Amino acid sequence: MTHAAPISPDVTPVVSMDVITKTFPGVKALDEVKLDLYPGQVTALVGENGAGKSTTVKILTGIYRTDGGTIRIDGDPVSFNSPNDAAKVGITAIHQETVLFDELSVAENIYIGHAPRTRLGLIDTAQMHRNANKLLQDIGAPFSSHTQLRDLGIANKHLVAIARALSVDARVVIMDEPTAALSHKEIEELYELVDTLKAQGKAILFISHKFDEIFRIADRYTVFRDGGFVGDGLIADVTEDELITMMVGRSVDQIFPDRRHDVGDEVLKIVGYSHPTEFADINFTLNRGEILGFYGLVGAGRSEFMQALFGITKPSKGVCRVNGTIKIIRSPADAVENGIVYVPEDRGKQGAVIGLPIFQNITLPSLSRTSRNGFLRLAEEFKLAREYAERLDLRAASLDQDIGNLSGGNQQKVVIAKWLATQPQVIILDEPTKGIDIGSKAAVHEFMAELAAQGLSVIMVSSEIPEIIGMSDRVIVMRDGLIATELSRKDLSPETLVRHAAGITTSTQGGTA
Amino acid sequence: MMRFIPVREAILGSAILILIILVASRFAGFVEPSNLANVFNDTAPLIILALGQMVVILTRCIDLSVAANLALTGMAVAMINVAMPELPIPVIIAIAIMLGAFMGAINGVLVWKLSIPPIVVTLGTMTIFRGIIFLISDGKWVNSHEMSPAFTGFPRTVLLGLPVLSWVAITAVIVFGIMMARTQFGRSIFAVGGNPHAAVYTGINVGKTQFWAFVASGALAGLTGYLWVARYAVAYVDIAGGFELEVVAACVIGGISIAGGIGSVGGAVLGAIFLGVVKNALPVVNISPFWQLAISGSAILIAVAFNARSGRTKGRIILKSAEVTQ
Repeated sequence: MTHAAPISPDVTPVVSMDVITKTFPGVKALDEVKLDLYPGQVTALVGENGAGKSTTVKILTGIYRTDGGTIRIDGDPVSFNSPNDAAKVGITAIHQETVLFDELSVAENIYIGHAPRTRLGLIDTAQMHRNANKLLQDIGAPFSSHTQLRDLGIANKHLVAIARALSVDARVVIMDEPTAALSHKEIEELYELVDTLKAQGKAILFISHKFDEIFRIADRYTVFRDGGFVGDGLIADVTEDELITMMVGRSVDQIFPDRRHDVGDEVLKIVGYSHPTEFADINFTLNRGEILGFYGLVGAGRSEFMQALFGITKPSKGVCRVNGTIKIIRSPADAVENGIVYVPEDRGKQGAVIGLPIFQNITLPSLSRTSRNGFLRLAEEFKLAREYAERLDLRAASLDQDIGNLSGGNQQKVVIAKWLATQPQVIILDEPTKGIDIGSKAAVHEFMAELAAQGLSVIMVSSEIPEIIGMSDRVIVMRDGLIATELSRKDLSPETLVRHAAGITTSTQGGTA
Repeated sequence: MMRFIPVREAILGSAILILIILVASRFAGFVEPSNLANVFNDTAPLIILALGQMVVILTRCIDLSVAANLALTGMAVAMINVAMPELPIPVIIAIAIMLGAFMGAINGVLVWKLSIPPIVVTLGTMTIFRGIIFLISDGKWVNSHEMSPAFTGFPRTVLLGLPVLSWVAITAVIVFGIMMARTQFGRSIFAVGGNPHAAVYTGINVGKTQFWAFVASGALAGLTGYLWVARYAVAYVDIAGGFELEVVAACVIGGISIAGGIGSVGGAVLGAIFLGVVKNALPVVNISPFWQLAISGSAILIAVAFNARSGRTKGRIILKSAEVTQ
């Protein structure tokens, strides 16, 4: 609050990140990026999924430590060893999913951890509520500090999170996709609040995929791509088209396998799949030997639809035909029986059973084939597991080894081997190369092409544009739970994909749908 | 599974051996075969119940109602025996198993269909089962002279040097050993506990697997109910009171992870035998019952600490070494 809102852009940034690098095993999440945040200004951080935005937020809030580079606060270098250090210099983040306590009152949520104390060291409840109510009044919240948090809707919970951020006298407020769960009216209120914060001289880092939002409230932009810094500047000096080009411009040219083979007959036909909240009116067909890409922003409803297709959740309506016959898929077991399998995105959580050895992970969905008279035959299991481990070139000392000791890429192979062993017709791969190193990525792509050439139909959900363009025969772009467009291979370009995914239709380049 | 659990079992086995040797050095009679057979026979009910509890814990649940199930089944079959002394023992055993399985199924349905946390479900049914014993018996005892000789004699009949009670335990161990290692149900139990999300994606019905785990646990509790009442030749409201905790302790000491997915039949059996040896050996060498409790308690803590450590070495270490090399 000590800073007056400056007009001049050459004022010292409150936060200045310079040549910041962060490496995870096998992945360089951030490569010498820079990011400056100015008092009284909103900086939009723009980039595709996987550009390094979340990592940046985690570094700024002290959750991750950097591997290289400098963070300066008011020009002085600092190092954050814990989230506490970041909080001390006044950096606070409002996350997509706000972390609050349902069973406590609004005031307690705002002041948990730093409540005002009486002289005896007890919490000064009266003071706490007075302060909280003042904060709530400042941001125009329509509820009192005594309200139980659980009685508030998502938008109001967001306000509590913002009040909490302000209660620690924050100088830097990070908003990570704050409008994702809000209605149109609530978004307008949020914009007003952002203006209030600006007027108070706070530096705001605003992360959003929505271009209208960025151009509505941001003063500056910074673009990341694949963990690298692409450019920054004043919003007034840039157009939507220029921003998109900066976001998607191909940096690394990956080599994708040649995909030349004939696509066969229709295997899967989905008509009118809808869900009460997640997606609606999904229609498409999938042919034998085809790779169908599903592109969209996070939250577009792709994974939710796939889960319904696989029988984990139930669609409210819609028809699924496999080889022309209507099939009712109520559970994953039904899906597997009809030759549809799903390799989930989060291997750790949904794919591998840590604690079972490799071969038992591979045979888990095929146990009825490896048993006789109700008893499993270990020799059969080993045979089946070995066959698919070899087909996938799995690198493991022994199939009896615990799956937890394998690398990410090899774990992915085990999960894929598990599904291929069921001899499916359709395989759904959800972000098949997320979080694995570049070498394993190429192997997964190679393998995917091979599967398709052998007549397996592949649905590939991916947020990586090069992968979508390099691998797919056709692409369905989803936005807000609906199919935005369907593109054939020849119409694919990074710009088209981003346009449809983000819902930018006003451009002169136009869509191809 | 086959590789790292034997390490844990070997440690537990050694601990049991050391305990026996220590006791034998003060009182040689303890290691006579007939006495060891007695200790085993005395531990048989704990072993049987630990097998059922192991299955339940492996699926990330817990069954606190086993002792109450045992007591209710025991009372029920005792009263049936009094009413119909001619009823053959195999029929009595079948009734006990089915009654126990039915009570287990009640737990299972509540966990599966209503998604009530297992600890709450079984805490509730535990109390209800005890209450039902009171209702059906009017709080009265069924004493040995009311039971038929065949009823009380069966568990004590000696076959090939061991009482039937011991043979039942051995049979249960073999059956569960095969079930866990060589059937789809056994594999599903590990998958459900090891990674429920992955199990769902694999087409395994998590709730249903948990249901059958409770049924298995209940069936064994029912079987033990008959054996217990017949062996001690008495049935009353409070038999085996608090025994459920001893059963859970046996599993925990035996390396069954409370978080599910990790454990073995061998571990559960050794955990039960460890508690059995402690209980039988310490009085022999004049160690007070308070020390028994302290030793059992310490064994639980040591076992859990040991399991927590071996569980943690995976994954996290990788991250740490990655941070160091940065």
